Amino acid sequence: MFLWGANPRENHPIIYHHILKGIHNGVKLYAVDPRRTPSAQWADVWLGVNVGTDIALANAMARVIIHEGLVNEDFIARATTGYDAYRSAVEPYTLEHAESVTGVPADVIREAAITYAKAKRAVICWTLGITEHHNAADNVFALINLALLTGHVGRYGSGLSPLRGQNNVQGGGDMGALPNKLVGFQDPLDSDIKTRFEQAWGVTLPDHYGWNVSQMFEAMHRGDLTGMYVIGENPAQSEADQHHARKALEGLEHLVVQDIFLTPTAQLAHVVLPAAASWCESEGTVTNSERRVQRVHRALTPPGAARDEMWIVAQIAKRLGHDWGTPQAEPVWDEVRRLAPNMFGGMSYRRLEELNGIQWPCPDESDPGALFLHGRLWAEPRGGKPAPFTPVEYEPPVEMPDADYPFQLTTGRRLDSYNTGVQSGGYASPLRRREALDLAPEDAARLGVADGDMVRITSRRGSVEAPVHVEPNMRAGVVFMTLHNQDDVRVNVLTIDATDPKSGTAEFKACAVRVEPLGQTAVAGGH
Amino acid sequence: MSARARKPMVELTVDETVVSVPEGSSVLDACRAVGSDIPTLCFLETLHPVNACRVCVVELEGSRVLVPSCSRRAEQGMRVKTDTPRVRHSRRMVLELLASSVDLTTAPQVADWLEEYECAPERFGPTAPPADAGDRDARVAGHHAAPDPAVAATVDQPVKVDNDLYVRDYGKCILCYKCVEACGTDHQNTFAIAVAGRGFDARISTEFAVPLPDSACVYCGNCIPVCPTGALMFKTERDLRDAGNWDESRQHVTDTICPYCGVGCTLELRVQDNQVVRVTSPLDHDISLGNLCIKGRFGWRFVENRRAASDGAR
Amino acid sequence: MDLHFSDAKPTAEERRAVDAVLGAPASAWDGAEQRSARDGHVAFAGHAARAQRHLLLPALHALQSAVGWISEGGLTHVCTRLAVPPAEAWGVVTFYGLFSTTPRPGRVLHVCDDIACRARGAKPIMEALEQAVGPAHEAPDGDAVQVGDAAWVRTPCLGLCDHAPAALFTVAGDAPVERSVGPIAPDDAVQAVTQGHLPEQPRRPHPQDGDASLRLLRRVGSVDPTDLAAYEATGGYQALRRALELGPDAVIREVVASGLKGRGGAAFPTGRKWEAVAGQAARPRYVICNADESEPGTFKDRVLLEGDPFAIIESMTIAAFAVGAAHGYVYVRGEYPLAIARLEEAIERARTAGWLGGDVGGKGMHFDVEVRKGAGAYICGEETAVFNSIEGFRGEPRNKPPFPVEAGLFRKPTLVNNVETLANIPSIVLDGGAAFAKIGTEESTGTKLFCLCGAVERPGVYEVPFGATLGELIDLAGVPAGAGVKAVLLGGAAGMFVKGDERDIALTFEGARAAGVTLGSGVIMVFDERADLVDTVLRIAEFFRDESCGQCVPCRVGTVRQEEALHRIAARRTLGGLQSELHLLEDVGAAMKDASICGLGQTAYSAVESAIKRLGLLQEISR
Repeated sequence: MFLWGANPRENHPIIYHHILKGIHNGVKLYAVDPRRTPSAQWADVWLGVNVGTDIALANAMARVIIHEGLVNEDFIARATTGYDAYRSAVEPYTLEHAESVTGVPADVIREAAITYAKAKRAVICWTLGITEHHNAADNVFALINLALLTGHVGRYGSGLSPLRGQNNVQGGGDMGALPNKLVGFQDPLDSDIKTRFEQAWGVTLPDHYGWNVSQMFEAMHRGDLTGMYVIGENPAQSEADQHHARKALEGLEHLVVQDIFLTPTAQLAHVVLPAAASWCESEGTVTNSERRVQRVHRALTPPGAARDEMWIVAQIAKRLGHDWGTPQAEPVWDEVRRLAPNMFGGMSYRRLEELNGIQWPCPDESDPGALFLHGRLWAEPRGGKPAPFTPVEYEPPVEMPDADYPFQLTTGRRLDSYNTGVQSGGYASPLRRREALDLAPEDAARLGVADGDMVRITSRRGSVEAPVHVEPNMRAGVVFMTLHNQDDVRVNVLTIDATDPKSGTAEFKACAVRVEPLGQTAVAGGH
Repeated sequence: MSARARKPMVELTVDETVVSVPEGSSVLDACRAVGSDIPTLCFLETLHPVNACRVCVVELEGSRVLVPSCSRRAEQGMRVKTDTPRVRHSRRMVLELLASSVDLTTAPQVADWLEEYECAPERFGPTAPPADAGDRDARVAGHHAAPDPAVAATVDQPVKVDNDLYVRDYGKCILCYKCVEACGTDHQNTFAIAVAGRGFDARISTEFAVPLPDSACVYCGNCIPVCPTGALMFKTERDLRDAGNWDESRQHVTDTICPYCGVGCTLELRVQDNQVVRVTSPLDHDISLGNLCIKGRFGWRFVENRRAASDGAR
Repeated sequence: MDLHFSDAKPTAEERRAVDAVLGAPASAWDGAEQRSARDGHVAFAGHAARAQRHLLLPALHALQSAVGWISEGGLTHVCTRLAVPPAEAWGVVTFYGLFSTTPRPGRVLHVCDDIACRARGAKPIMEALEQAVGPAHEAPDGDAVQVGDAAWVRTPCLGLCDHAPAALFTVAGDAPVERSVGPIAPDDAVQAVTQGHLPEQPRRPHPQDGDASLRLLRRVGSVDPTDLAAYEATGGYQALRRALELGPDAVIREVVASGLKGRGGAAFPTGRKWEAVAGQAARPRYVICNADESEPGTFKDRVLLEGDPFAIIESMTIAAFAVGAAHGYVYVRGEYPLAIARLEEAIERARTAGWLGGDVGGKGMHFDVEVRKGAGAYICGEETAVFNSIEGFRGEPRNKPPFPVEAGLFRKPTLVNNVETLANIPSIVLDGGAAFAKIGTEESTGTKLFCLCGAVERPGVYEVPFGATLGELIDLAGVPAGAGVKAVLLGGAAGMFVKGDERDIALTFEGARAAGVTLGSGVIMVFDERADLVDTVLRIAEFFRDESCGQCVPCRVGTVRQEEALHRIAARRTLGGLQSELHLLEDVGAAMKDASICGLGQTAYSAVESAIKRLGLLQEISR
């Protein structure tokens, strides 16, 4: 198993339980991560890559597999296209070149590649270490290429597993909360699909795609976007290059925020709509990282003036001239099933309860759901189109360290906190300490700072102050902070809004900073 | 899920009744299949059987000693007896010995068993006063103070409260090992606690008996639901019980999905008066197997912070 | 593993001691003091790291011997080196009596106050020490007692009952000293503690020294145990040569034919055990010599290990050949430093001579042996507890089934044999099983070592063919003229008392059974008319309460309630009268016998029961 840019021990702990069962059954674990995270500490091999060098590593592994004669020729022939171009593309990625780019010793890369190729079953799991880069999509293609090269996809126990970081980010996309997809990933510009939805909803749909969040911010800066309705998101703290992002939000003519707390984003709003905490105060469904749709139930009564979120949206619709009555969860879900039958057709509420959730696609009520995807690639004859190799070139992060900003800042999460801390800040975690800059012992010694000493961290975009935490799991030259405590340390003031045009994700994982001791020690009150 | 091949069956006799169970089943499975009600304390379906409590012992033809039914593999032709004088005597003694040395007042079912087996824990004499805090943690293997003829030793000691999330009351610990297993290789693999010391002085402990915030504990709470006696308890629950306000007639349990990461664990929210008082996850749900992490287990408090704010109690 | 360590660092001595046992750490991640550039880009942990768990006890012994206790810095370093969670390591350290978890002086005298030594002057020694230096350093309730740079502690049976009263002397440091001595006088004990000087005391010759008919004891005391040439000159390694010629199956046939039964106390047919291991499919297999002899009153294995270590190694090699094992362990209790030293020396010499290693006897057989030291836990004599101890865990017995022959050490097929059992193997191989079976009785073949101690003139190991009676053995050891034998404890603390006049009991397996007793490990502890048997029974109850591993309720709590009841009776403060207390003891005893996990709990009431019912003890004490 390869955990590649993923730290599930902290961020998907229960998935890690399943991984541990595999480990106890003999699974060999490889962890690719610039930091030796708690997940990596279980690994048989930790490959401590330099930040953002994953494509170089993956391509070098591919080259080893090809040269060792370990490619799955049968699978490549039956199920893929573009292999020749891919083989040429990875040829320059010698082990020596990969070692100099990634920092990982050549013999280690070689052994990892051979083990992956020879394994009977192998999984590559990734998360934001791969996708929070300016070339996120390319990073993912590099991993897909490895799976296609070796046939480790589309079979029970072998595959590609992106771990979704949030309880319903999968579901949000599934439901069509995307600028270019309707529910069930259906293309709104496809004329048949467009017609079907227009008939179902009795409206005319736009004939162009919308904007993703990054595009929205660009539009705000241009002045093309003047109003915004934010539901359950805190972009004033979660967006990269926070100064820049806030300016955009502050420039809006009309900002409406629907949330359960008066977040910093809500504080900028012209109108705040207090919402019930959907996960325990309303009915509905959410979809997890394994495509499993599960039922959410109301356990508590919302406080004060907080209202059910469907009710709020329906009220706005009413004032815009569309009376949807008082939508209830199940009928709305049944409409989803009608409009995206291939994915959800068989997922009645009754079946979801009975089966503890169902993994899509589940087209009809006799279908138990799909344990894994892409099995069609192994079918005889192959189902659907062949899977393409997508050759990609290594590109360093947009902003690399230099003389003025000699440290590389990478950001991420910790076990007991979550995103911008709106929810997780509300309980007394004994694990919590003040937001600090994780610094390697060598760098702490060179800067002359110890645990708790205050430093100023500056990027081209802004500056923050934080205490130091000397962390042996960091390598010299790399520093780490989380986004969890931005009321205390506004980490996203530092990060760079270098976005992948294909996916819309920003390069939260790499920017350049300098670190200056302030000659003070943090006031006790952390930990 | 993929269809599994039908397992071969084995046939054995329990209390003169012939029963067939799938190969790999335990003797306990076979006993339950014929409706025999055998008490268990240290057994849990999601953990490897430790067979330490010995309350589930049964007679097995051909065995000199009684055998623990929870872990003994059912085999073809076995003849098992669950209700003989020897079995009843051992069950009674195990319960008496425990009841005389451990606070079992919050262990469900035990009160019924004490009655059923006519236990008289008071026969061992008045109990010793509770140990001082940390006393039992300092006991040394191979040495003990000579018994005081006036009292019977117990494990009674002050409850350990060293964090805001859950408490450890080892005066209620029967050393069933389940918390250690849940924290260990059976599930969490954090190994924050282990059994330390030896014999009657054995206890559940962190390294050097440090408080939890100095230990490896990550507050997943996976030890809490496996504890059969309530030695491990949510602080919310403990505080309500101590104040006399724990009222199961005012409680309901509702399942929902955790609001945090993409795993999607089922949370069973136990609610009293519109407040969450305890969170568990179903043992038989194949995502969580009853386990959670700190956020799912304890991270729901933010829901009530709004309540406090909107009630004006900011 | 994502382990959590405190900041505590090892001292230079602690680091040196651990590195001496484990070798230098491979990287900063494994505990090296300096981080390299490579450490910033790669780390190897995982399965290989976790497979080192079995080195935990050797590493802990290194710390204990080097600095006299297990400190936080020392333990944290060991955990870093071996990828062991600190809480688990703490659980292991606090299980074993020889590890101190609080600062303790480097020089310690461990004074035996168990049943045999109590009968021969342990109390005056302890009184003298208390007078001269203060109370024992046991700290059961956490109060550490410092006595400058030395301390004394009480210890259960040291296996030196033939040299009672006995003591173990340990001095921590770069060249640690470990010496068990006896008989020790109160003045010598005080001097050892206050001045660190303890005169050398060679072992006394065993009582049958010079007897030409001895088989197991024939080299003990007459052949230099460190001299391989002398061993071979007296027939050593002839049996292994013969075994290699015969082949594994034929060897096993001879052992079966011999009728040899285990000498550790369980009396299981040895040949059947060898057959069972040889017939397993799983590999690898292991051979373990159980030398954790801790039953109070037993010392025969110590005598064999100290006096004829090559014989044990040769026997293990024959066993390994027969069952297909490539690796063997001798698990010796930590209180036997001389036996350990003699064994390690013998192993080294055997290896050099090619009798161990990759090509044993030039016949291509792979076999090597390692000594593993116990750390002060009687329960580690239980065979499945030995596995857990070697594997680096608390010495807790496992549930059976599965049995060791199927799943033992590291869950692989394992042959466990007692020292004395193994010592019989060479003659079985050389003379044939049938010839062996002619000695003794039909059900109890061969000779047996009996440990005579207590109120006898010539305490020691006695080898006799099976069939001798209790009276005959007592006469061999001699009772002082005019002294009557009040009672005899057969089998040690886990055994039972018989009356002094029950001389006709045949000390065979069948004869003991007929008399309602068991031979156990072969202890014959004699109590004369002056003996305070109530004190002995209380000490036995104290022993079991101390040595219970604590896993199962019947034993963990039962041994406590048993001791409490006996103390109430002895203090004449019964609850509801003597009969009520005897009824309570009977109830607790029955539950321990029926429902405990292992033999400790199952036999914890035996001696008490026999004292009450067979000797009529306690009846005199009435409220």
